[in-house]
Amino acid sequence: MPARPDLKKVMLIGAGPIVIGQACEFDYSGTQGCRALRSLGIEVVLLNSNPATIMTDPEFADRTYIEPLLPEIAERILEREKPDALLPTLGGQTALNLAVQLAHNGALERHGVRLIGASLAAIETAEDRQRFKEAMESAGLSLPRSGYASNVAEAVALGEQLGYPLVIRSSFTLGGQGSGLVHNMRQLREVARLSLAAARAVDGPGSGRLLIEECLVGWKEFELEVMRDRADNCVVVCSIENFDPMGVHTGDSITVAPAQTLSDSCYQAMRDAALRVMRVIQVEAGGSNIQFAVHPGSGEMRVIEMNPRVSRSSALASKATGFPIAKIATLLAAGLTLDEISNDITQKTPACFEPALDYCVVKIPRWAFEKFRSADPRLGTRMKSVGEVMAIGRTFPEALLKGWRALETGDSLLPDAAPPAEREALERSLREPHADRLRDLFRALAAGETPETLAGWTGIDPWFLHQIQRVVDLDRTLMERASRDPEAPWREGLVSDAKRLGISDRHLAHRLALAEPDVRRRRQAFGIRPVMKAVDTCAAEFEAATPYFYSTYEEESEVPASSRPRVMILGSGPNRIGQGLEFDYCCVQAALELKQRGYDVLMVNSNPETVSTDYDVSSRLYFEPLTAEDVLNVVEAERPAGVIVQLGGQTPLKLARALHEAGVTLWGTSFDGLDLAENRERFRSLLDRLGLRQPESLSAGSRERALQSAHALGYPVLVRPSYVLGGRGMRVVYDEAELDEWLRREALISPEEPVLIDKFLEGALEVDVDAVADEETVLVGAVMEHIEEAGVHSGDSTCVIPPFTLGEDTVGEVRQITERLARALGVKGLINVQFAVRNQQVFVLEANPRASRTVPFVSKAVGLPLARLAARVMAGERLADIAPKVAPEAVFVSVKKPVLPFGRFPGEDALLGPEMKSTGEVMGRDQDFGRALAKAHLGSGEPLPGGGTVFLSLRDDDKRAITFMAKKLVELGYQLVATRGTARFLRRNGVSCREVFKVHEGRPHAVDLIEAGEIQLVINTPLGHASGFDEKAIRERAVAYGVPIITTVAGALAAVSGLEALARGPLEVTALQEIT
Amino acid sequence: MRRPPALLALEDGRVFRGESFGARAETTGEVVFNTAMTGYQEVMSDPSYCGQIVTFTYPLIGNYGVNAEDWESDRVRAQAMVCREVCEHPSNWRSSGRLEDLLERHDVPGICGIDTRALTRHLRDRGVMRGCLSAADLDPDSLVEKARRSPSMLGLALADLVTCAEAYWWTEAGASESSDPRDAGRPLVVAYDFGIKRNILRRLRAVGARVRVVPARTSAREVLAMEPEGVVLSNGPGDPEPLDFAIAAAREVAQAVPTLGICLGHQLLGLAFGGRTGKLKFGHRGINHPVIDRRTGAVEVTSQNHGFYVDVDSLPKGEFEPTHVSGNDHTLEGMTHRKLPVLSCQYHPEASPGPHDSRPWFNAFADLLARRGTRGVAVPVGL
Repeated sequence: MPARPDLKKVMLIGAGPIVIGQACEFDYSGTQGCRALRSLGIEVVLLNSNPATIMTDPEFADRTYIEPLLPEIAERILEREKPDALLPTLGGQTALNLAVQLAHNGALERHGVRLIGASLAAIETAEDRQRFKEAMESAGLSLPRSGYASNVAEAVALGEQLGYPLVIRSSFTLGGQGSGLVHNMRQLREVARLSLAAARAVDGPGSGRLLIEECLVGWKEFELEVMRDRADNCVVVCSIENFDPMGVHTGDSITVAPAQTLSDSCYQAMRDAALRVMRVIQVEAGGSNIQFAVHPGSGEMRVIEMNPRVSRSSALASKATGFPIAKIATLLAAGLTLDEISNDITQKTPACFEPALDYCVVKIPRWAFEKFRSADPRLGTRMKSVGEVMAIGRTFPEALLKGWRALETGDSLLPDAAPPAEREALERSLREPHADRLRDLFRALAAGETPETLAGWTGIDPWFLHQIQRVVDLDRTLMERASRDPEAPWREGLVSDAKRLGISDRHLAHRLALAEPDVRRRRQAFGIRPVMKAVDTCAAEFEAATPYFYSTYEEESEVPASSRPRVMILGSGPNRIGQGLEFDYCCVQAALELKQRGYDVLMVNSNPETVSTDYDVSSRLYFEPLTAEDVLNVVEAERPAGVIVQLGGQTPLKLARALHEAGVTLWGTSFDGLDLAENRERFRSLLDRLGLRQPESLSAGSRERALQSAHALGYPVLVRPSYVLGGRGMRVVYDEAELDEWLRREALISPEEPVLIDKFLEGALEVDVDAVADEETVLVGAVMEHIEEAGVHSGDSTCVIPPFTLGEDTVGEVRQITERLARALGVKGLINVQFAVRNQQVFVLEANPRASRTVPFVSKAVGLPLARLAARVMAGERLADIAPKVAPEAVFVSVKKPVLPFGRFPGEDALLGPEMKSTGEVMGRDQDFGRALAKAHLGSGEPLPGGGTVFLSLRDDDKRAITFMAKKLVELGYQLVATRGTARFLRRNGVSCREVFKVHEGRPHAVDLIEAGEIQLVINTPLGHASGFDEKAIRERAVAYGVPIITTVAGALAAVSGLEALARGPLEVTALQEIT
Repeated sequence: MRRPPALLALEDGRVFRGESFGARAETTGEVVFNTAMTGYQEVMSDPSYCGQIVTFTYPLIGNYGVNAEDWESDRVRAQAMVCREVCEHPSNWRSSGRLEDLLERHDVPGICGIDTRALTRHLRDRGVMRGCLSAADLDPDSLVEKARRSPSMLGLALADLVTCAEAYWWTEAGASESSDPRDAGRPLVVAYDFGIKRNILRRLRAVGARVRVVPARTSAREVLAMEPEGVVLSNGPGDPEPLDFAIAAAREVAQAVPTLGICLGHQLLGLAFGGRTGKLKFGHRGINHPVIDRRTGAVEVTSQNHGFYVDVDSLPKGEFEPTHVSGNDHTLEGMTHRKLPVLSCQYHPEASPGPHDSRPWFNAFADLLARRGTRGVAVPVGL
């Protein structure tokens, strides 16, 4: 029943790869959008380049195009599909930008396609700061004082006029990229220069313009999520207050819902302003978020910005309230009005209301500075976090502490007081926002600083600091009482108070000198147990039909009785590098599958960006931290038949032991099987027993042992700390000096935490396999060949299905080893095995009896729903009964290419290695390797240039390998530029190549050329740590100026195949549904 | 630091144990819940809550303190306050003190630390009921008994308890014994005080009226003798049915001058024109209630506080046009008289607390005044 009968077919654009500032929240919104459109009987055409998304699974749209998000490609789809309308508001800034391009280049008009959800005028008014400013002024709303500059000189003049500090922004930004806070003219110059470059990278040369505005640092920051329908009905779905005041990007701020420190009259004034913004921007049918700054001393209010689309905040607001913003926004775009849509949760009341919360929600960002050590960990207007957690409690401290432990940064413990000697350092550190500020606040309060003092240092509202003070006070009392009498905290109710404030069992165990399971047993004996409360949009005013729960220490629990068998799926927690959307994909697939098969599926997760935390994916959603304590609470409330730990990545896997020891039944591979694969010693002897080849390796508990071992194995060696996720801290070292430096930097070596040293297989190919297995059958999904050699983390490698250089025999051997390993580990469900192949010899690198990052990619490449099959196997079905004996041959070539965040972290070297650094991935599919690869490049935002100049700088070993490639480039019409050594080598081999200075040799040097826009592609295979300044400077500049860089020979060779393919003619598009 | 214990006992025997804040007193009343996340000071000072123990479903109350501006009457009018947590260290630029100190000064008790969601669900499922809150008597049985002996809201006339003793003018500066000469050209609106909220008076001024407030028992004759351009029948506590004097006055003024009824005033108009009122199971109390204007289909998000409603089917045929209906339970939320200049609104167009979506009610009333305007004064319309 679409209210607009002319809408039969709608095209929806996804957000593309996960990048900082645009993560899986857009899979959540896009998936909801697809479902909502189809519920109206509208046919859905989907374009998204990200294979890890749930929305790109063939069952969510009628036609799914996993193709680059580019105007030419999108237009090709418009041409083929002839949709009635384009819905651009669910795919973040990427989709909005693409829609604007399609409008401007006339494609929409050419194919008779309308924009729904947001008009071009609305998008442009909201995005263009000048027009936005004019619109706000016409509505009588105040904005920060500001002016425009289109070059550095104008910027400096404005700086003089407005006074420092200042904020610099450029139009069409993403996660605040291209904006910055500056305190003086020197900083202004630098940021202006970089921002103009960033703006040009998006909008084309000569078009960059900067908004320079009054700095509102220290003002309170708020956000409202607003919906408006075509009948001009407006509702505010959620108010959000930032813990961190203005000056820190919202994505990097701890935020709280609802707003805590606004009286009704102030809140209503903000609501009025928000509604006025919606009307003046003319958001006709959809959702927007609007940010406000409020002066803490006077209440003066400024509008900061608005996004006429769903956003990270709207995903958070949806999870915080139970109001599905993306779904409703889609229905509104399709022509319904708010009063025609029913509230899913109550099922009796309409959606034209404003949710009432009876709990407090806290979001905490998660950063990855441990992986980007040269990056600046201070926070500002450029977003740097890679993920976030959300936690729900009945009080602010409870929600904050649940969030704190949900981060999984090892902090179920409260920080101890800072020693007096650190006071000054602590003050300095607190005065500047940084990733670990929350810990510093705890340490400072515990050391006796007052909330008022800290408010002065940080600008954080004293309300929040007083709330943290409560936790610190209770912790101190607990410590004091326990030190005199260990029973006192129990007898005097302090343990109960601690639980009500959100303090973990782990921390109590620490304070009371007990083991964590003992704390649990004792408090249960004291009757101190959590209850499960529902999130219902209406503060219990109406009965809730869709159950969405959180735990808290109260009187009454609301878990409904159910007679269906229950199975619990543990999600993957906050996104981080190495664990993200791919695992959520697996959890969601399994949940949908098992629900369909009659199970009550209980989902536990703490990540508000995900599809898995959409309340209608599972039968019951528990928004809880993924710690043993919190998961066991849900287990006790629900008594599931089994718990699935193999789909959410390392997070749930790490809980397997605690769950197993607490007597919980794990579904899938047994705990022993998981341990056998995880425990390196056990795994090593298993491989030996099976007679499988593996790189020689040793473990070392001291520096001396490490040096000896490396020497014994022979350099290069691959070194890693004993605990590894996403290759954290891993490195290939080539000599003793390098190893010594690494050991000093990691500094973790001890007999308890040994360092693992593997012989590094130089020049080996890397191969990955995903398979699903039960006791009888092993089904290999696909064998993937990596383009980069072994030594580059598999998550950062470009990989290809089907293998493009491996021989039949090798592929056969890889399959056979996978089968043997799956049997030996007793795999029931998924397994991923990584191999290195050198001289036709196959080495096993590791086996993970769990879902891997590549499961969604493989599923899409071969058309086999691996996670769903795994779920059925875990539920007891025979794989032989439900799946083909062998996976279908891939018809197309599929390439998965990682997307790297170096552009976010100036100063960080753009090199690939064993430590994973990518945030996301794209898929390129086509009939041959070259085209598939070209598409992957296009999709990853590092398009291979259609012409121009290529800069080459190669390691001696690589020069020969690259001669052929260089010749090809010249044939294809590219110019080559190189520094002396490479240039001379190429010329000797008959390849024409211009010579350019190294940085210290004179000017113009290589960096100058990059800055002048004369280089379109950089191919640089690094010399290693010896190379010094030049290489790093070149890479850094290339990243800053958005010039694609290739750092491996294999990558370069592949790229040339891509360039050749592009030269053959325009790319074609195919929907997933067309080939399966 | 722990607070002294307190108990809340309901007439059906359910007892909640919590901690006492505000006055260490004992009180009885109808236990109701309000789902607003902001506006506790406005709610507690709203005379319509007289006789009621108000539960706040939002767990964190008192965060932004209390201040001089957010009063809806001259004192705390609710019987008592129930919440999960009361804030000890409020923070806001307007804050002049803590909520709990204010309640103590006004001799109003509170209980915190209880599972307010469990209480809300109980009231939702079984209907609102009488309760007794005490920090003095901690014997559950005795408190349940006290709750049972307290008066029932059904049939309870409370206007006399909350109305003003003397008529007064509402001026720029607030309540005043004399009219502000600067208001001379403005049309006169007389407001019956059955427990009137100050923001009704502020909104009337904002649309250009000169406002005189009269006690609940002022006769229609006296009011009409003032030659008002319009009359407002205010909100107020309790059951409208026993308020004979007010129903009679409503009947008379509505025949004579443009009339706006708000909440209790709306119910009085319903009764005055021959309709019936009933009691809702757990009432409408919050600031997120959708109301649909049946004439345009437009939705307002409204501020509501009523336990009684006008039964739309009981209204004599042809008299009123039911203009507004609840999006949640489809009960009557607003009506206009088909022949007379009478507007009647079940909810709170003055908000405070709550969204400002319903301000057009005051504009519509101002239009009626202007249309009738004998003094030829242009009435400024607009927000």
